Amino acid sequence: MSDNLREQLLLLPAYFQGHLLLTLAAISMGVLISVPLGVWAEQSARVKRPLLAVVSIIQTFPSLAILALVVALLGGRIGFLPAFIALTLYSMLPIVRNTVTGLESVSASVIDAAKGIGMSPNQILREVKLPLAMPVIVAGIRTAMVWTVGLATLSTLVGATSFGNYIFTGLQTRNLVAVMVGSLASASLAVGLDGLVASMQWLLEKRSEAADSARLKRIRLSVYGITVIIVSLALYGLIPKPRADFVVAGKPFTEQYIMAGLLAQELEEAGFSVEQRLGMGTAVVYEAIRNGTVDVYVEYTGTVWANFMSRESNPGREGIRSGVVEFLEEQNVTTVGFTGFQNRYALAMRRDRALELGVTSIEDLIPIAAELSAGSDLEFFGRTEWFRLRDLYNMDFADKLTFDVSLMYTAVAERQVDVISAYTTDGRVAAYDLLLLDDPRNALLAYDAMILASGNAAAQPEFMQVLDTLVDSIPDEAMRQANRLVDVDGESITVALEYLRGEMAKN
Amino acid sequence: MIELKNVQKSYDGGATLAVANTSLTIERGEFLGLIGASGCGKTTTLKMINRLEEPSSGEILVNDRNVVDQNPEQLRRNIGYVFQGIGLFPHRTVAENVAAVPRLLQWSAGDIRARCEECMEMVGLPFDEYGDRSPSQLSGGQQQRIGVARALAARPEVVLMDEPFGALDPITRSELQEEFKSIQQNMALTVVMVTHDMTEALLLADRIAVMREGVVLQIGTPKELLNNPSHDYVRDIVAMPRRRAQRLEELMRNE
Repeated sequence: MSDNLREQLLLLPAYFQGHLLLTLAAISMGVLISVPLGVWAEQSARVKRPLLAVVSIIQTFPSLAILALVVALLGGRIGFLPAFIALTLYSMLPIVRNTVTGLESVSASVIDAAKGIGMSPNQILREVKLPLAMPVIVAGIRTAMVWTVGLATLSTLVGATSFGNYIFTGLQTRNLVAVMVGSLASASLAVGLDGLVASMQWLLEKRSEAADSARLKRIRLSVYGITVIIVSLALYGLIPKPRADFVVAGKPFTEQYIMAGLLAQELEEAGFSVEQRLGMGTAVVYEAIRNGTVDVYVEYTGTVWANFMSRESNPGREGIRSGVVEFLEEQNVTTVGFTGFQNRYALAMRRDRALELGVTSIEDLIPIAAELSAGSDLEFFGRTEWFRLRDLYNMDFADKLTFDVSLMYTAVAERQVDVISAYTTDGRVAAYDLLLLDDPRNALLAYDAMILASGNAAAQPEFMQVLDTLVDSIPDEAMRQANRLVDVDGESITVALEYLRGEMAKN
Repeated sequence: MIELKNVQKSYDGGATLAVANTSLTIERGEFLGLIGASGCGKTTTLKMINRLEEPSSGEILVNDRNVVDQNPEQLRRNIGYVFQGIGLFPHRTVAENVAAVPRLLQWSAGDIRARCEECMEMVGLPFDEYGDRSPSQLSGGQQQRIGVARALAARPEVVLMDEPFGALDPITRSELQEEFKSIQQNMALTVVMVTHDMTEALLLADRIAVMREGVVLQIGTPKELLNNPSHDYVRDIVAMPRRRAQRLEELMRNE
């Protein structure tokens, strides 16, 4: 446990730095855009309603959707920029709204007086309205800041570094220490930044006090000191680091963390420098490899076939393989080769439950499906595979529930559902003694794991040489055991990776 | 000093007139009271003098210059303005409030400071004691004293007042009325004061203009209004102060 904690804490400086830069940049941009917009809205009723409506609508979008949309609008660009833009958009509502409210709440008699003594509209705004509205505006900025620190954890999914790296990796690899470290770090940052802004505001209000007490001076000095340190820490991240030779990416589940680690180790041992972008969403990482921001990752044929080629047919394992390779070639993505294992969807039941009902294949479910409940991951029941399965077997389940992956396995193990959409290389299949049902009508797709490389990386022979050694090197069983070490036995990715390399060396 | 020539004001493009064809001349050093019920056009008339409102037609001259030819902000900086809302800046100290107009006129720091001390002394709130306070630490009467000090800070020749003492309790009000009257006389200020309190107008003003529905019914000294009201409405509004004065006199005689 303490090894685990030490391992996590070693990551803290980089994640802290990434999170801080992202938050401060987004908040600063948010203030720079939102305060003038708020001022404009307060002066013109025609601007105010539509503007407030737009920023409110942005807020109602799920934050993940905003991130995904920004990535799409930027042509698949990942990393800092899309996260920065999405967080900036998200920070706008409280700042714009509080600026408008703050300005509107300035007493009419004060404004009349300002006008009456001969202040110009500009002077009234700068010297009377803004200073009087400032406490309300700062309250809005503080709200936005706390939101932004929290939401920045999601930016991990689009490849920006943040405390979200802890949380997503931890959730998917059942590393609760990582989740705790990430959550605590994020919460502390929110509290810390909020306190910093609050004390700046307090100092600003004290500015007019004639005599500076020694205590006030000390407080002022420390607030300025902390601000300078924080800003320089954030800016430090802007110093361009030497770009790694290759960027290795992965999606947010155990097998992908292990495979990304494997790719990175192999490349590093061959003398290349490597940067890892872990826990990215499927669509995001695929866009990134097409435009070359990511050089290599492991994808599955069925995913490309159904998600990116939008095919509804199932030509069988070989048919999908050749179709996918050809399609990727057109997309300027090189298929280095197949790793040897397949991570398909399969319907699975507890072995005792299957025995009790006399089920070994999906066909056996047909007469009883209407009385069974089924659980899936977040995607399966929305995929064409499921629709095809439903039509080919002409059956449907009484209940269909969707779960987070680890909860899906728990649900079937605890008999809350009868059938789940299991992953064939998942260690939990064996751990919970699940039976994978045969699919005689070939409804479910093949999902051969394959190493994909960007056009740029594939053009380098040394790179291809390293990765060629991984082709056809990992059997299903080895991958399943490696996953199991993490998912069931609670080992770290490093341990699973060592095991996998040991198995590969035997062949 | 101030001249209104055939001034009209309409807020609805001429359908109804808030101020109808009004001509007035206010001499240098004169104290004019503008009196009438709510909505009679007295405040609109006042606000047109420093261009807080623009006349629909007619001309207004201050110091022989047409106000329309002057930058409205410059114009207002040279005319003191006191109103019922007071409108002290709550984020500024009392001294900073008094200094507001001289600061807009970009006086030197030394001049501003000296003038602040002078004006605060004049309204009975010494700079050393009150200068660093925040307006919220003052009573209503003290706040309006500072309002007066702010209006006088840049040495204007003209001061416009819109029911300046209306929100004060009667004792504070009469104290302030008397003090302001003596300041006005010492400094030979030209004052236009809007009020709906006939007693106040009678006690302070050199001449009184009575307005109703946008029209000036009569202009005259307090004595003329009391003795020769030219209009039933004028007779009615001077009747009350007159009755009160008679009643007070009787009370004193009976003692």
